[in-house]
Amino acid sequence: MLTYGLVIAAYIILRILLAGGHVSSALQGQLVPITAYIVMAVSLNLTVGVLGELSLGHAGFMSVGAFTGVITSASLTSSVPEPALRLLFALIAGGIAAGLFGFLIGIPVLRLHGDYLAIVTLAFGEIIKNVVNTLYVGIGQSGLKIGMTSGNALNLGEGGKVILNGPMGAIGVQKISSFTAGFILILVTLFIILNLIDSRAGRAIMAVRDNKIAAESVGISVWRYRMTAFVTSAALAGAAGALYALNYSTVIARKFDFNTSILVLVFVVLGGMGNIRGSIIAATVLTILPEVLRAFNNVRMLIYAVILILVMLATNNVRLRAWFQRIRPGNGKTPVISGGGDGHE
Amino acid sequence: MKKKSYSFLVIALMLCLALLTGITNPVSAADAEAPIKLGGIGPLSGAAAVYGIAVANGANIAVEEINALGGLQFELNFQDDEHDAEKSVNAYNVLKDWGMQVLVGTVTTTPGIAVSAESFADRIFTLTPSASSPQVVEGKDNVFQMCFTDPNQGIASAQYILDKELGTKVAIIYNNADAYSTGIYEKFATEAEEKGLEVVSTTTFTDETANDFSVQLTEAQNAGADLLFLPIYYQPASLILSQAKAMDYAPVVFGVDGMDGILTLENFDVSLAEGVMLLTPFVADATDDLTVAFVEKYQELYDEVPNQFAADGYDCVYAIYEALKDSDITAESTAEEACDYLVGVFTGEEFVFNGLTGDNMTWSETGEVAKSPKGMVIQDGVYVGMDAAEDSEND
Repeated sequence: MLTYGLVIAAYIILRILLAGGHVSSALQGQLVPITAYIVMAVSLNLTVGVLGELSLGHAGFMSVGAFTGVITSASLTSSVPEPALRLLFALIAGGIAAGLFGFLIGIPVLRLHGDYLAIVTLAFGEIIKNVVNTLYVGIGQSGLKIGMTSGNALNLGEGGKVILNGPMGAIGVQKISSFTAGFILILVTLFIILNLIDSRAGRAIMAVRDNKIAAESVGISVWRYRMTAFVTSAALAGAAGALYALNYSTVIARKFDFNTSILVLVFVVLGGMGNIRGSIIAATVLTILPEVLRAFNNVRMLIYAVILILVMLATNNVRLRAWFQRIRPGNGKTPVISGGGDGHE
Repeated sequence: MKKKSYSFLVIALMLCLALLTGITNPVSAADAEAPIKLGGIGPLSGAAAVYGIAVANGANIAVEEINALGGLQFELNFQDDEHDAEKSVNAYNVLKDWGMQVLVGTVTTTPGIAVSAESFADRIFTLTPSASSPQVVEGKDNVFQMCFTDPNQGIASAQYILDKELGTKVAIIYNNADAYSTGIYEKFATEAEEKGLEVVSTTTFTDETANDFSVQLTEAQNAGADLLFLPIYYQPASLILSQAKAMDYAPVVFGVDGMDGILTLENFDVSLAEGVMLLTPFVADATDDLTVAFVEKYQELYDEVPNQFAADGYDCVYAIYEALKDSDITAESTAEEACDYLVGVFTGEEFVFNGLTGDNMTWSETGEVAKSPKGMVIQDGVYVGMDAAEDSEND
């Protein structure tokens, strides 16, 4: 409940500040990306923290969701003129598409032991990037057209519009994302993931993480529960991708590369594996931080790295952790970094 | 022990911060008139940093020169965007908070599309030095370009090759993961087909595969191509040249403005570039007074030969200066007032700008610049105007 409260309180405070005009345009412009990154971090936490599998291609799912969302929004421009409703469709379409890809990847990979998921998701992210780079999608009188050669080869005819133009990415995207939509998406994500973790399925997922053989011995279908967690995570990343993409007038495949996957992983690791609230805070702080450090010009990346190291040292400091335990009554467990249940009430 | 090392780090960080705040205080112009706030956005770090830094340097020189003249004063605040649309919009918003009145940016195309949508909505006049895709200016009345658009370069290249009869069978190698390269290629291919220029081989590469071109070159050679068109940046082009040399394949090589910089590339054997032709708006070896003075100053300050991006940045600031020189726009004017005035001037008929990257430049209502590209050929390690080179051959 505290996690929901935190998000809702942050939203209300920002809304009041926005209404009063107290928020700088720099922060205002970052609100939607922050919400998208929060959803990314929370959903990746399901795979990494709760399921205990390393995924290095979370940005790949974001990419699938982003471009599906952009295409959906562009094709519905005339039939659904209401932007909020169109955004909803785009988010759902992005989520479904990314979930589908997650399912396809999961079929072979989640049956294997070891680090295969990390390798395959890493490759998946790169493949998606290269495929989108060669993809041309346009909308004309005869509907949606997809090609692999060039925008001109689509033959869209009069009034046709190229939505996705190969390496140029999606251009002329209508910006329909809003802070409120991002806030609602966070709440939905939290609702899905926190309920999943606390449900029977969630306990089975954690049992699989902690000891696969023991879980199998009591009749838990390892593959099925891994799949549930992985597909949920992928679908939410897809929705986040759609939200992110529809906040800018252009989006390119190269944005969702390995670096973005690692960035989201850093959010999760710094926030604490399996700690949902930690992911939210880490994603927010680490998205704002580089912008706050702009004043330091060329050395800001250096400072960013130093701060990351300091945070990591601080969060692993025994005394600090003990202090946190003390101010949090009713949670007398010994702190374990990879302990899944620690952090969401 | 652990605690000790931790507090040591904290102290180190504090020291860093203290040191940096000392360094980064901007030097303000010591003049009575309040300066007009120019914002700049480009990649100062990351893979595309070469272009952003060049533009920032060029623009800085122009601002210094203008402020030294007295009268209208400028203050330039150049923000890093790491060649990323998200960071670029962030940088734009930071500049907006700072009180930017006119935007010089962005340097690269994809961030340019994202930022120009914002500056169009906010009514801030935008002049991009080098974001060359037509989508940057499309449908935005207050966004203008200093560089050629990518399609125009493709058309001009095809036209040039035909007019000068440089080759009959053309092979193209381009980067199909790059907006710039693909943009030029597509128009070149269409134009070549229309004009009857025979393209015998078209091969591609991506940033990840830009370290071996033997397959592409072999295909071009087998197809009997006598002209190699390279609408790409100079780093991969330099590799193509050396690999072609190694396999005794010597077609005429024709590049575009991205080829500029090949002569200053470290560890590159300039003799490989002998005879390479390129279309570029700016040549550092030109002998007109403006270019000579600029190159000299640039070398003095930054210790390297300026490329066309630096010249574009320089020209952008001067074009804005020329347009604002005789106006009522001051530091107190809103960005919107400045925008309306500048749009009027730039699209006006009498506004003609002469700069480093071209003479008699004018701007259309769409925001695209009209200037003629200079055909250059590399002879003995320096650029020579193509027409001049022909004359000397005929003599």
